[in-house]
Amino acid sequence: MDAPMDDAPTYLLTGDTGDWEVVIGLEVHCQVISHAKLFSGASTTFGAAPNSQVSLVDAAMPGMLPVINRACVEQAVRTGLGLRAQINNRSVFARKNYFYADLPQGYQISQYELPVVGEGTLILDMPDGSSRSVGIERLHLEQDAGKSLHDQHPTKSFIDLNRSGVALMEIVSKPDMRSPEEAGAYLRKLRSILRYLGTCDGNMEEGSMRADVNVSVRPVGETGLRTRCEVKNVNSVRFVMQAIETEAQRHIEIWESGGEVSQETRLFDPAKGETRSMRSKEEAHDYRYFPDPDLLPLEFDDAFVDAIRATLPELPDDKKARFIADFGLTPYDASVLVVDWREADFFERVAKGRDGKTAANWVISTLFGTLNKMGVGVEDSPVSAENLGKLIDLIADDTISGRIAKDVYEIMVETGEAPDTIVEERGLKQVKDTGAIEAAIDAVMAANPDKVAEVQGGKEKLLGWFTGQVMKATQGKANPGMVNELLKKKILG
Amino acid sequence: MITLTDLTIAEARKGLDAKTFTAAELTDAHIAAMEARADLNAYVLPTPDRAREMAAASDARIAKGKAGAMEGIPIAMKDLFCTDGTRTTAGSKILGNFVPPYESTVSANLWSAGAVLLGKANLDEFAMGSTNQTSAFGDVVNPWTRTDEPTRKLVPGGSSGGSAAAVAGRIALGATGTDTGGSIRQPASFCGIVGLKPTYGRCSRWGIVAFASSLDQAGPMARTVEDVAIMLGAMAGHDPKDSTSAPIAVPDFTAALEQGVKGLKVGIPREYRPEEGLSPEIDAIWTRGMEMLKDAGAEPVDISLPHTKYALATYYIIAPAEASSNLARYDGVRYGLRVLDEGDGLNDMYMKTRGAGFGAEVKRRILIGTYALSAGYYDAYYLKAQKVRSLIARDFKAAFDQGVDVILTPATPSAAFPLDDAPSDPVTMYLNDVFTVPTSLAGLPGLSVPVALTEAGLPQGLQLIGRPFDEETVLRAGRALEKAAAFTATPSLLEG
Amino acid sequence: MSLDKETVRKIAVLARVAVPDDQLDPLAGELSGILNWIEQLGEVDTSDVEPMASVADMTLPWRDDVVTDGGYPERVTANAPDSQDGFYLVPKVVE
Ligand SMILES: [Mg+2]
Ligand SMILES: [Zn+2]
Repeated sequence: MDAPMDDAPTYLLTGDTGDWEVVIGLEVHCQVISHAKLFSGASTTFGAAPNSQVSLVDAAMPGMLPVINRACVEQAVRTGLGLRAQINNRSVFARKNYFYADLPQGYQISQYELPVVGEGTLILDMPDGSSRSVGIERLHLEQDAGKSLHDQHPTKSFIDLNRSGVALMEIVSKPDMRSPEEAGAYLRKLRSILRYLGTCDGNMEEGSMRADVNVSVRPVGETGLRTRCEVKNVNSVRFVMQAIETEAQRHIEIWESGGEVSQETRLFDPAKGETRSMRSKEEAHDYRYFPDPDLLPLEFDDAFVDAIRATLPELPDDKKARFIADFGLTPYDASVLVVDWREADFFERVAKGRDGKTAANWVISTLFGTLNKMGVGVEDSPVSAENLGKLIDLIADDTISGRIAKDVYEIMVETGEAPDTIVEERGLKQVKDTGAIEAAIDAVMAANPDKVAEVQGGKEKLLGWFTGQVMKATQGKANPGMVNELLKKKILG
Repeated sequence: MITLTDLTIAEARKGLDAKTFTAAELTDAHIAAMEARADLNAYVLPTPDRAREMAAASDARIAKGKAGAMEGIPIAMKDLFCTDGTRTTAGSKILGNFVPPYESTVSANLWSAGAVLLGKANLDEFAMGSTNQTSAFGDVVNPWTRTDEPTRKLVPGGSSGGSAAAVAGRIALGATGTDTGGSIRQPASFCGIVGLKPTYGRCSRWGIVAFASSLDQAGPMARTVEDVAIMLGAMAGHDPKDSTSAPIAVPDFTAALEQGVKGLKVGIPREYRPEEGLSPEIDAIWTRGMEMLKDAGAEPVDISLPHTKYALATYYIIAPAEASSNLARYDGVRYGLRVLDEGDGLNDMYMKTRGAGFGAEVKRRILIGTYALSAGYYDAYYLKAQKVRSLIARDFKAAFDQGVDVILTPATPSAAFPLDDAPSDPVTMYLNDVFTVPTSLAGLPGLSVPVALTEAGLPQGLQLIGRPFDEETVLRAGRALEKAAAFTATPSLLEG
Repeated sequence: MSLDKETVRKIAVLARVAVPDDQLDPLAGELSGILNWIEQLGEVDTSDVEPMASVADMTLPWRDDVVTDGGYPERVTANAPDSQDGFYLVPKVVE
């Protein structure tokens, strides 16, 4: 689908010399969902004892050789399709050579000149309901490194290779973003798509999605790109946004004081809210990429790609468009509902055969609030989609009032019971019986003759007070419209 | 009375099956010979206990009628093959006392065919060298000497120098080698034995310490073409653990051996007579080999392999580049040597460990390779070399496409030279591989067969090169050459 | 191409191989000799020639996504110069 592209909301930083624009590109490392590692048969699960999920290949024992995991290739292609990207039927694995304690081979097997996925597009859903398009430069497969623990011993680092060799997809954007908000929206959207596709769980806190942020600034109006810095391994959307802000400020200060930003790798310190240079990674970084002679070019035919394409789910952009078209939702509501495919499914089950906007309201304002408070996902919702739908039906057919519905909902949250049962068992059905309502009105009038007189004397505002009293007397079950009508008739004649 | 250590593998197999002698007796004879000829320094680690256990197991299988193709045959294993529970050094100090917790595919194949491990054979460090002098475990001595200087020790060639000396010196019936640019064929020629570098992909590289992954290939070394054929059959086979291992069946390499060469077209590449001149002696031996094949019914064909002269320079970019990366794993973290002084950081540890652990030739190649891949030089060196490699492979293909069945060349530009007179200049040393390197770059099978003695009484081999995965034709032609040459000379050091 | 001492020092650091100062010059000489000899490749016309990374005439084989390996930390660290509690130990890394 083609999302309407609005102009980018302007995010400018004001310096001493004028306004500055920020140019942002993201490289996101996404851990591929697979049972075994990219080039070895060791497990990818987290939390195991040190070096217990390590094969001789992962430990780079002499003479060990890589053999690629088909599922990891499929996941990369699947992700490429989800990003509407060029799929390359032939790609090449290269070695990226550098020494590091948690890099056992002395090189990382990655893809350099010919990645498995080429250019694509990601649509950002901005908080104000507008959309922006960000180019994807490429997606390549590569090995994760091991893990170094630095706080176990005064003079030694501890190395665990359990993660060494786990498949990563590195997804590189074009430098198309211009504000921290866009970068945040990019990460949220990417995560949403990955989760729809089931190719990465997207948990930044657990490190299965890690962002390298490339930041540069330029005076408004300048078209060329200035020197960028790469802020490595930022592990939450919020930190990415903070890192961009502080890094951009740092650049502006350097440029405005007549200095020159030097291209380097930096680290974001969330505690201090600042970035600092990673000197350890800086010295002599010449990766000497060359095609890995232990592997041959990765090749597959169109049928392989088509078979994967055939299993793609409806993706968030398409779903959003459908929700707007079929349910009459606003773009904003639709984009909120499609972020998580489980939530979108839930909404659809609620909305099916009902008023879409009402369903969206209940799901977004009420249910999401409940889930948030409980800290659970929609899959653990105490209120099922069927029951929420039934609740909406009970309001629609006047079985209960909107006010009672709120109470019924609270009971549903607590008990998980069906709304009709709750209404039935607790006698919450709306009273539409004229006689019963008249009896209640009569009782209130009899108890308040002075107020009746005031109304009849022209103080019609007091009718509202009477309505309240009658509703109270009927425990809110009386149909408020009928109450109003009968009150007028009885008091004013 | 037969001397058990003089048998060929084929003869030994017959004797074992006929119960003329036992595997235990055959192995014991070799263990005794190994002790007697320890001065050759062919083994970095003899494994007599393991040999005796394996021989006993072989005898048990023979008794049950379950003998494999290499049953009871005592062999040397180049110390580049990782052997489960047995120290593996790659001829380097950097591996320290590394004891692999795994067995290479090729050695595992040999054990399941019944072979017996006599020990780990000496080699040039990380298989980088042509004299075996780069080994951290000392020089290997060639069992041959010149008739004019009978006491002067000669190099066995390299890098599979220990393997070649062991087979020539009658302290193994056969040996494994690996060949990246000539490391099987050149020492085979220097030691007067038969050595085959199979087609790239024929034998699994899994568990072999890597030198240059796109070139490395394991192969057999033995005293006859038939023995090499038997051994190759046991070593070869598709291995899913090696992504470059060819998924093709292993034929019975011995089946076609005696079919002769009648009607075969034998290519004689004119570029193997380089401008600088081939030694007249080697040239004459080559011509004699050509005549032998012709007399056996083959048809010599003049062919051109125009990019031959660029093969060495190409090789000395590609192999060091791959090696610089392959050897990055020797960093003192997970196994092998670690040099770490008080207060050292990780980088100090890397620098010192690798500085102390690698020998001069290995360091030289790591530095050349690192340079060739570095920013700004990649295109000029590495990419250029890869392109010339394409042209070299294309030359061979064109020759085979024009109907040539096998190509005959000298195996080496000279016979073995003295240990104390090996060239010190690296480039001069590299010229040893001038006839073997093109085949390696093209991934083709190459067989070195001893055909004659030089005037100084040293063996000289000729090389037969075949189409990809056509080891059968190569072996068949090799057998014809062997028969015609009737090379029966034995190393001089054995006579003492 | 002739390499100077400083270039050799740089490459040695890149390759993490300690080379004593007094060996830099002789090494520069040797490496320059090799590189000069290699320069002959410049004579070869390689325009329109595809670089050859492998002679293997096949496509990359792949394996199924099944856990078939690992689960032996003691084998993984058996040869380690320094290890503790299943970890490899190295001098402390400062990031
Ligand atoms: Mg990056
Ligand atoms: Zn990456």
